[in-house]
Amino acid sequence: MSSFLVISIIIVYLAVIFYVAYWAEKNSKSIWVNNPYVYTLSLAVYCTAWTYYGSVGLAATSGLKFLTIYLGPIIIIPSWIILMRKIIKISKINKISSLADFISLRYGNDRFLGALVTVICVLAIVPYISLQLKAISETFNVITKHNIITNTVINDTTFYIAILLAIFAAFFGTQNTDASERHKGIITAVALESIIKLVFFLVIGIYVTFYLFNGPSDIYNQASLLPDFHTKQSIGGLEGGFNWFFMTMLSMIAIMLLPRQFQVTVVENEREKYLKKVTWLFPLYLLLFNIFVIFIAWGGNVIFKNQQVDADLFTLMLPLINGHEFLALIVFLGGFSAAISMVVVSTLALSTMLSNNLIIPYGFLKKYSKGESTQNTESIKNIRRIAIFSLIIVAYFFYRSFTLDRSLVSIGLISFVIIAQLGPSFFCGLIWRRGASKGAKYGIVIGFLVTTYTLIIPFTIDFQIISSSFVQEGMFGISFLKPYALFGLQFLEPVPHAFFWSLFFNMLTYALISVNIVGNYRERNFAEMFVDSAKYATLNEDAYVWKGEAYVRDIRNVLIRFLGEKRTERALNLFNMKYGIDQNILYADARLVNFSEKLLTGSIGSASSRILISSVVKEEEISLLEVLNILDETQKAKESNKQLQERDKQKDDFLDTVAHELKTPITSIRALSEILLDDDQIDNSTKKRFLTSIVSESERISRLINNILDLEKLATGKEKLDLQKNSIFETVKKSINAVYQIAANKGIEINISGLIDVEFLYDEDRIQQVLINLLSNAIKFSPKETGVVSVFSYLDNNKFEISVEDNGKGIDINDLISIFNKFYQSKNQTILKPVGSGLGLAISKQIIESHNGKIWAENIKPQGARITFRLPFNTI
Amino acid sequence: MKKILIVDDEPNIVMSLEYIFKKEDFEVFIARDGAEAIEIFENNKIDIIILDIMMPNVDGFQVLKYLKADAVLSKIKVIFLSAKNKVSDIELGLQLGADKYVSKPFSTKKLVSEVKELLKKK
Repeated sequence: MSSFLVISIIIVYLAVIFYVAYWAEKNSKSIWVNNPYVYTLSLAVYCTAWTYYGSVGLAATSGLKFLTIYLGPIIIIPSWIILMRKIIKISKINKISSLADFISLRYGNDRFLGALVTVICVLAIVPYISLQLKAISETFNVITKHNIITNTVINDTTFYIAILLAIFAAFFGTQNTDASERHKGIITAVALESIIKLVFFLVIGIYVTFYLFNGPSDIYNQASLLPDFHTKQSIGGLEGGFNWFFMTMLSMIAIMLLPRQFQVTVVENEREKYLKKVTWLFPLYLLLFNIFVIFIAWGGNVIFKNQQVDADLFTLMLPLINGHEFLALIVFLGGFSAAISMVVVSTLALSTMLSNNLIIPYGFLKKYSKGESTQNTESIKNIRRIAIFSLIIVAYFFYRSFTLDRSLVSIGLISFVIIAQLGPSFFCGLIWRRGASKGAKYGIVIGFLVTTYTLIIPFTIDFQIISSSFVQEGMFGISFLKPYALFGLQFLEPVPHAFFWSLFFNMLTYALISVNIVGNYRERNFAEMFVDSAKYATLNEDAYVWKGEAYVRDIRNVLIRFLGEKRTERALNLFNMKYGIDQNILYADARLVNFSEKLLTGSIGSASSRILISSVVKEEEISLLEVLNILDETQKAKESNKQLQERDKQKDDFLDTVAHELKTPITSIRALSEILLDDDQIDNSTKKRFLTSIVSESERISRLINNILDLEKLATGKEKLDLQKNSIFETVKKSINAVYQIAANKGIEINISGLIDVEFLYDEDRIQQVLINLLSNAIKFSPKETGVVSVFSYLDNNKFEISVEDNGKGIDINDLISIFNKFYQSKNQTILKPVGSGLGLAISKQIIESHNGKIWAENIKPQGARITFRLPFNTI
Repeated sequence: MKKILIVDDEPNIVMSLEYIFKKEDFEVFIARDGAEAIEIFENNKIDIIILDIMMPNVDGFQVLKYLKADAVLSKIKVIFLSAKNKVSDIELGLQLGADKYVSKPFSTKKLVSEVKELLKKK
């Protein structure tokens, strides 16, 4: 295929990707951009050109081992529903924009630690980016049949592609100064590319398996005749098992800590619940991607068995030598997609780290603390843009100057091992509150040195000299120091070997230093917040303990330099509203300090924002114990505050109902009086009817007011009970006298044959009030003419119970308890509004409870309701 | 003669409204809750409804929703007459498609003129 054609296709393809990203950025609220599928697909940035070509290469040369790279993620991802959710929650609350930010904040905004993590990431990832550029360039040469590697930069297509990618990342990656904001354009483009690379890879897999061969069994039969076949397709005993185990561990760490994975999984996460979809969809994606790897590898081995063909290029060569140029082009585009999404997301993640955790905190803070907001934000963006360009250009020249002849897999795995050095401080920091910043720093450095000794140096030597005494015999000829078999550990292959020893020393250092050190209070504060994130998540700004003196004005001035006047005012207003703080307050509290630090974190990283804010505040040292106590108290205060709010709401509801209940009779009175006033021809009987209504509605109002006052007096205990020795028989009789007429009018019989007389201490007026209330309710709900209301009692050693029963239709089961609430109206009420204030039972309950008694309602058989109250004899 | 339906569970309020509108030459229908109201306007060609909100069983909002779901019934004019007069209640009432929201206690004269005005509008 002519290079002109391929270049044109690349340009068209890139134009489409640019357009999609642009569209997504413009329509960032669209459902096409915000859904769990786009999120899951963006995670597939894990599958790079390495997966596309390298997996096949590895499968062809060493069998099933390639699977470990995908096995790790598949095993760890189900746990994300808890683990990753926690990480995402912490990151969102603190506006974390990168892995370096996360680790540095966990260890108390440690500036050096953030910078160290950044350097480690850059060292690990730049060669990895070169690898992607190399893959693009090599496959481009294969497909255009260029056998000579182009000599100058000027006529190297890859160089221009690299520049285009840098422009893409710089343009879509710096739309917003706040790097913790999501980059919808890039993510949507990556998701699209994830579909493209998977579909194209499946196409070529099907082509090889079913077109070039007659299905899987045919390939297997032919491949199994090749020498070495069977040893390749097994794990290889116990020793092999260890290799598998460590490789799987390695990829578990990689899927979470590779900067590009942290970027897409944590920083770009829009909603936590998207994780649910990820737990099954992403493993499925990885599975689909790997189905055909082994068949392509076997097929390649069979077809190219007597030729010198690089196994990494099987995917591309198979269609090419069979004359299917179009298919080869598809493979090229798939690999191209995989490569460019990795390059773009990695450089985005690294540039954020470089700017927020290395360049700004060490070089630009002084300048920014004097600069103006527009200049500052422009400068921050420029730092990131320059970082993106530098990263890609350095990666490009890395690939040019070290003709990376090693297979794709090995360089990728070295990156993995370097990144894995962040594992102990990251994961232990999430679960172990004693993990200290100093431990993290030394652990990472020592882990990296061990990696250098056991992997990077021998790897570089190996690749230049066929045999070297360093690799063969160890440093100074000491066999215990052989880089590939440290301390005599021989059965592990170089990568798992390096992984094992580096992590071993890393963790040991981290743990030993951490247990022997008491971190400063700030470190412990964040440790507490990270480890116990669920407990402190609700505290928000309160979770941060700080003591000192600061002026709001000074803090505001710092914020203005980065956010501008308008955004600062808006943010502070929101903050004041949230906590009910006076706008004109002079002194800042811990919450404002923490809030402001978070506001700046997205733009300049957590370490810088801490340094800037603390430059305008006077901070006092607090002891560790104090930190923990304050945290605990704040949490308790928060809870009791919630209860107070609940009570406030109940009070509001009560007042609302009172207002409503008062307005109803007033409405009738006003309407009827207006008619009487305006209408001269109104006849006498109507006039009388209206006036009677006005009188009764007025009575209703005074009854309501009396009841409310009554209730208030009882509830607040303002009124003391008048406790006298009384006869219960007499009290019941008096009560019945009060309602006798109403019962007689309705033809209802009142039966007191079950009543025992006892004398004891109680407030007769109040108990009479309860009885009248219960009796009139019973009369109201009993059927006309056939109604029977019975009063009976039950006597025990120290208590007395009295019940009022009717034979009405009973109380709805759902209402048995709530009828005692103020103004309770049953939802299932079928009768019309009962006469009364709606407070009778509430008052009765209050009276009984002031006597230390109890009142409850139940339904009886065959029909009717019973309300019983119990009074203790020793009331006082 | 225009037909007016009064829906309220307070007998004295119903009594006053009935008197006023009879005097203004309306044919007056009365319902004491939402369910009764629905039965009445399903069977009679009602022009305007004065609707309370807090009623047992079917409340005023539900009645309005019922009306608005039907092409023919949704043309009936509706005035909410309620003691609930928080801004949020009024907004909800108007959002659901009531033509007017009158708070209790109300002025009889004003209510009559509101009703007449609404009926003039097409």
